[in-house]
Amino acid sequence: MVTLRVNGRDHDLDIDPETPLLWVLRDELRLTGTKFGCGIAQCGACTVMLDGMPRRSCVTPVGMVDGSEITTIEGIEGVEAEAVRSAWTAIDVPQCGWCQSGQIMSATALLQMVPAPTDEDIDNAMAGNVCRCATYVRIRQAIHDAAKTLEG
Amino acid sequence: MGFSTTRRGFLAAGAGLTLGMVLPLGTGRAQVAAAGPFAPNAFIRIGKDDLVTVLIKHIEMGQGPYTGLATLVAEELDADWSQMRAEGAPANDELYANTLFGAQGTGGSTAIANSFIQMRKAGAAVRAMLVDAAAESWGVPASEITVKAGVVSHAGSGKSSGFGALTEAAAKIPVPADPPIKSPAEFVLIGHDLPKLDTPGKTNGTAQFTLDIYRDGMLTVLVAHPTRFGAKVASFDDKAALAVPGVELVRQIPTGVAVYARNTFAAMKGRDALVVEWDDSAAETRGTPAMFESFRKALDAGALTVEEKGDMSAMTSAAKVIEAEYLFPYLAHAPLEPLDAVIELKGGKAEMWFGCQFPSIDRPTVAGVLGVPVTDVSINVLLAGGSFGRRAQGTAHLAAEAAEVAKAAGRDGVFKLVWTREDDLRGGYYRPMTVHRFRAGIDAEGRILGWENMVANQSIMKGTAMEPMLKGGPDNTSFEGSTGLPYQFGARRIGWAQMESPVSVLWWRSVGHTHTAYAVETFLDQVLEAAGKDPVQGRLELLPPEANRERGVIEKAAEMSGWTGPTRDGKGYGVAWAKSFGTYVAQVVEVETRDGAPRVSRVWCAVDCGIAVNPNVIRAQMEGGIGYALGAALHSRITLAPGGEVEQSNFHDYPMLRISEMPAVEVAIITSDADPTGVGEPGVPPLAPAVANALRALGGERHYSLPFVGATA
Repeated sequence: MVTLRVNGRDHDLDIDPETPLLWVLRDELRLTGTKFGCGIAQCGACTVMLDGMPRRSCVTPVGMVDGSEITTIEGIEGVEAEAVRSAWTAIDVPQCGWCQSGQIMSATALLQMVPAPTDEDIDNAMAGNVCRCATYVRIRQAIHDAAKTLEG
Repeated sequence: MGFSTTRRGFLAAGAGLTLGMVLPLGTGRAQVAAAGPFAPNAFIRIGKDDLVTVLIKHIEMGQGPYTGLATLVAEELDADWSQMRAEGAPANDELYANTLFGAQGTGGSTAIANSFIQMRKAGAAVRAMLVDAAAESWGVPASEITVKAGVVSHAGSGKSSGFGALTEAAAKIPVPADPPIKSPAEFVLIGHDLPKLDTPGKTNGTAQFTLDIYRDGMLTVLVAHPTRFGAKVASFDDKAALAVPGVELVRQIPTGVAVYARNTFAAMKGRDALVVEWDDSAAETRGTPAMFESFRKALDAGALTVEEKGDMSAMTSAAKVIEAEYLFPYLAHAPLEPLDAVIELKGGKAEMWFGCQFPSIDRPTVAGVLGVPVTDVSINVLLAGGSFGRRAQGTAHLAAEAAEVAKAAGRDGVFKLVWTREDDLRGGYYRPMTVHRFRAGIDAEGRILGWENMVANQSIMKGTAMEPMLKGGPDNTSFEGSTGLPYQFGARRIGWAQMESPVSVLWWRSVGHTHTAYAVETFLDQVLEAAGKDPVQGRLELLPPEANRERGVIEKAAEMSGWTGPTRDGKGYGVAWAKSFGTYVAQVVEVETRDGAPRVSRVWCAVDCGIAVNPNVIRAQMEGGIGYALGAALHSRITLAPGGEVEQSNFHDYPMLRISEMPAVEVAIITSDADPTGVGEPGVPPLAPAVANALRALGGERHYSLPFVGATA
């Protein structure tokens, strides 16, 4: 039995502890905003917050996160998350959209740690999140825009 | 598209859609069910709440048709943008054909081009019905009624109404057969940066894709595919797979061995535990170097002439002859959502949910596999997490595999077929590997007397449902862009040698132009250099007087970049352009040396796609096309080891472009009143040659083999 706390709710699950958190979120909890892209922590589409830090859920065995606080795109909130989402919407960052939950998680985590990131900070923090549509120009712009709204 | 004036049948089980009709209609009347929305034609539904939902006949995979087609409807309906919604239209040839294909499908950057009149007529017809309804209920002349931003009003009486309140009356009005549409000067929405309709759901996790479909009793299915192209299952042992908790079934299907499980992880473990022996007797066993060698030998032996102008014997008087050979690897599309499809079998009928890009091929293919009438197969077309050509399958292989999986289960049920990233990268359907050979002769003044370009690669369309379109002739998608050049060469000959291999190939964002634009625009750069000419000026001089749109984009990109020549302040600049899918795109690329390595720092892009329906989407597609092309040029290649196994498996060895590598991009859209053409693909072709030309300007070698990082052979 594994106990998961996801988006503020507890779940007791009778499940193989080796199961990647990604597939528990999707197949068991039906939180489908977290996406599968590679399965080997190379693309970032599966990024969730684990105790406040971005984590690739596709390589995280669920048995290892028993008792941790997990936040997905469906549950993320706070001023940074709101600023990121507004900035994303204002300039229409998404194209196909598949990677965007992961991008938003990583961008939110960046702004929580570095309120006014430089281009280099953005390159480092977002390096693990692939966008196959290459919306990178707008991702960078939206992070700067979100930082500005947090300033004011 | 053959318009029909007869009433069409009821749309099968469309959620809330009461009646679908092909536009324009003669004397038909729309109907409205007591509780349903107003559904005057196959494309538009209006609810009592004033919301206008447009059924989008093209798959939304990031390229923007939800927004673009809804804009066309809203423009003629005089709706307010905030009341517009979009959803995917189901598979239905009669209602939702691409008017350029005569069949339902998305590709060739045609979504806006083929819908431009059709969607506007659809909107205009409904506007006229709402106006007539208002005129009748208010007892005023229709000619005095105006519609603006979703409000129908009559100035004289002071009456006004939203759309919703008029739908009941409008449903009794005959659908106009051929309603007038606006002139471009009257547009209020077309040409403006309207927010994209699919953005909100893609920022909060609610957008629903195929992988997000869960239905009661659903089994997740992974298929063990052969390790070599053209191989088949010889035998398999499923004992260990069936011992994995959660695995329910193992079945052989034509494409491999399918493992059915109660969840995704169990399906993965079950497939890992499977032992399969493959029959490689018909498989491709050559490695990439051997394949390139055979392509070269084919060109040595000659090629079919596919374009010839002038007298190539003029080459004999050339002062200088320049030759080059280019090698292009197989490329995987790698959409970030790997291939997937959900199929439900119930009482002899099938319902599917997936990112279906060619409904007109997928639907009959599934019906054929299941042995049921086409009308017993329904397909819900969902958002796709990228495609770049990967879901546009002339073979319908994904839909067919899903149907085989369902059939092999031997019982009714719901099955979700999932390809992993490894399945995707090793599964074929690649951009064809290609060899280009060039020979050009210039005279003492640097004029190009003759231009010869031979291409060797596999045909994309041969062996698919689209082969009849070739009418026995050569496959233009293999060499498009090498042919049809507007440049004024003294003489030219373009040839093609068709190669064969069990490795499956497919169109990859911009198709033939992925390699022809690179080969042509870098070789031309080399010829211009040999002739002592400037890359921008040299190209302009080669264009005929009527090539205004070509000149327009080249001059604009050069102007944006402040072009002064191939080098400036220690940085290298390269230019390239291409016309693809009717759209003209030129790009100037800046390359600088940073930390001892060259880096693409800026791209200036000029695009002429006729009337710009949504400039925001056009800019986004240029930015994305540039990034997609740059990733491939820098990193991407699928190679076969000697023996025929694919050497790459996931993003660690088939790297994607990352944010740190993305250049700054500036896009200019040429003002035009020409009919709109597509933008999904045309941003791709000029980028790699412009980068290569800029690298050369920076003092580097010319690149005859892609990707730039590591040779392909």
